[in-house]
Amino acid sequence: MSSATAPAAETDADRLTLVEAVRDGLYAEMSADDRVVVLGEDVGKNGGVFRATDGLYEEFGGDRVVDTPLAESGIVGTAIGLALSGMRPVAEIQFMGFSYPAFDQLVSHAARFRSRSHGAYTVPMVVRMPYGGGIRAPEHHSESTETFFAHEPGLKVVSPSTPFDAKGLLTAAIRDPDPVVFLEPKLLYRAVREDVPTGSYEVPLSDAAIRREGSDVTVYTWGAMTRPTLIAADNVAEEYGVDAEVVDLRTLSPLDVETIVDSFEKTGRAVIVHEAPKSVGLGAEVAATVQEHALLYQEAPIKRVTGFDAPVPLHALEDYYLPQAVRIQDGILETVDF
Amino acid sequence: MSAQEEADHGVTSEPARVDDEPIRILDEDGTVLPGAEVPDLSADELLSMYEDVALARRFDQRAISLQRQGRIATYAPMTGQEGAQVATSYALEKRDWLFPTYREHAAKYVHGMRLESLLKPLRGHRDGYAIPDDVNVLPEYIPIATQLPQAVGMAWGNELQGRTDRAVLCHFGDGATSEGDFHEGLNFAGVFDVPAVFVCNNNQWAISVPRDRQTASETIAQKAQAYGIEGVRVDGLDPLAVYEVTREALKKAKNPTDDERRPTLIEAVQYRYGAHTTADDPSVYREDDEADAWRRKDPLDRLRNYLYSEGILDEEREADIDERIGAQIDDAIEAAENADADPDSIFEHVYDELPDRLREQRDELNALREKYGDDAFSEVLE
Repeated sequence: MSSATAPAAETDADRLTLVEAVRDGLYAEMSADDRVVVLGEDVGKNGGVFRATDGLYEEFGGDRVVDTPLAESGIVGTAIGLALSGMRPVAEIQFMGFSYPAFDQLVSHAARFRSRSHGAYTVPMVVRMPYGGGIRAPEHHSESTETFFAHEPGLKVVSPSTPFDAKGLLTAAIRDPDPVVFLEPKLLYRAVREDVPTGSYEVPLSDAAIRREGSDVTVYTWGAMTRPTLIAADNVAEEYGVDAEVVDLRTLSPLDVETIVDSFEKTGRAVIVHEAPKSVGLGAEVAATVQEHALLYQEAPIKRVTGFDAPVPLHALEDYYLPQAVRIQDGILETVDF
Repeated sequence: MSAQEEADHGVTSEPARVDDEPIRILDEDGTVLPGAEVPDLSADELLSMYEDVALARRFDQRAISLQRQGRIATYAPMTGQEGAQVATSYALEKRDWLFPTYREHAAKYVHGMRLESLLKPLRGHRDGYAIPDDVNVLPEYIPIATQLPQAVGMAWGNELQGRTDRAVLCHFGDGATSEGDFHEGLNFAGVFDVPAVFVCNNNQWAISVPRDRQTASETIAQKAQAYGIEGVRVDGLDPLAVYEVTREALKKAKNPTDDERRPTLIEAVQYRYGAHTTADDPSVYREDDEADAWRRKDPLDRLRNYLYSEGILDEEREADIDERIGAQIDDAIEAAENADADPDSIFEHVYDELPDRLREQRDELNALREKYGDDAFSEVLE
């Protein structure tokens, strides 16, 4: 349940970054299934603003790697129509902060086609969006508003934190019969390399991953915050002898309640780390989930270490806004010392 | 014949111009205009078209009455627009796709939806939106203009998959032309040259806002020029003209000549006689004599007069049709009123597979139903 799915064919692997793994996943699915098309702004000859579609245009041509006019609602709306016609569109929105013109298409239509048509029509599509801060980007380029999408019934929301997961989760998202919002932590796009199998494999959209086993406290996180959380967990182990378990949610909707609750029952303490604003964020959902299911195991108040309820600042103050290892470490110690 | 004369008297494939008069075949009395060509429809097809327009009119009146009696929820009337709705769907082949708004009841019915399924959502039953396997109709669109980019995607997807024998027809109103999705949809349609026909049912009013507060363009058809596609204005109260213009546009969508783009924007100039929905009162925002002037061009009357003059319709046939229509609508109302809904269906079709959280929520609801009985659940609503 909690571990990554083993690759189907382990004969070959490449050392890839997360963004290269996204590209590799797109390449594999486009090769395997003619119905998979990629569309968005600059995804073709330019290979995407972050190079996530690099080389796909040369490989698959302009009919399958489509540079669209600059229009987010048009991109997502057209992708819905493509999906209704039987295609498997993967739409790219250049930055999550630009997704809002398409919000109506996502929540009013993509999320609801199955239920509105009483199962007659489905929208098997993926909308990829780089999200989050930490790369010194301009305004509107650092948002982390996954709650908007996770709140909407009918959508699935995914955020990988490793290259291996990025390819496996994207493959599962493309093959999923429901619409998936695929959030790529751009802070991690080129942060690490790891072995990514060359063949196709899926990381299921149902499972959280335990990134570090521990017994004193569980730290729940996802996406870009997984890395500072792991650093903080190592720090508190080394300096204070605190053994933190780190759970990477990976799929933000639907949540893997079983893994979340099992870990809390083991440790009795929870810290939730996300870069999104604190109020009404997913951290509140995780906190409520463990209380609903495991209140009697609880040994300390549940702590949230998050972005603030303020717009993401420009980069001069970004480090204060994003949860850094020191803030996470402080939150862990406060919870353990309660 | 000059382009202007063609525009006045018959069908033209010339792009619409600012001063274009709408294309017409029948005059206000139902007489064929000089030089106009009647579409190639058999007497049976014409009779059937008339019957569907008449059925739509009667359905609309019954639906408004049912709403007033509290037997259905808020309803969007279509009286005045039935001719265009029926005629556009007559131009479709069964394999073509229809993207309707919340007002295209007749367009949906003619393209294969059952009358009963039009009424069921108005009784609160979502399964009325269920589309039979062999019917290419989308569930009605309630957010404005969102269907345009989706229609483009569907048309494009069909083409990419080699299904070049079908087009997509997308309805919307004049208010929709103010939305970003109108622009984005038509822009994509032109750029990707997809087999789609866009029908703007310009009924002069977007709830209480008149057309001249919706756009400063002289016509809506002329907006097509901005997207590099063809725009056509047609008298939306003339079912034969609407049929012919739509048929031509669909033909071109599927099989353009070398110098043609596939998409067409049709502006069907018409009028919504009644309210936007049963929740508003048009007497607050417009004058009665405006509606009276449009009623003199009524699509049902015009088609009836034409068929009488051609000897295709007579009193006996009209009485037969009336009787058949009445029975059909009665049956649909009865079926819709007898429909039942299982609370479990709230949780169905949200995802392909029921997630655990929804299973738990369904089980919680069912446990409470068991404990307190279903009657307890209506107390808060009564």
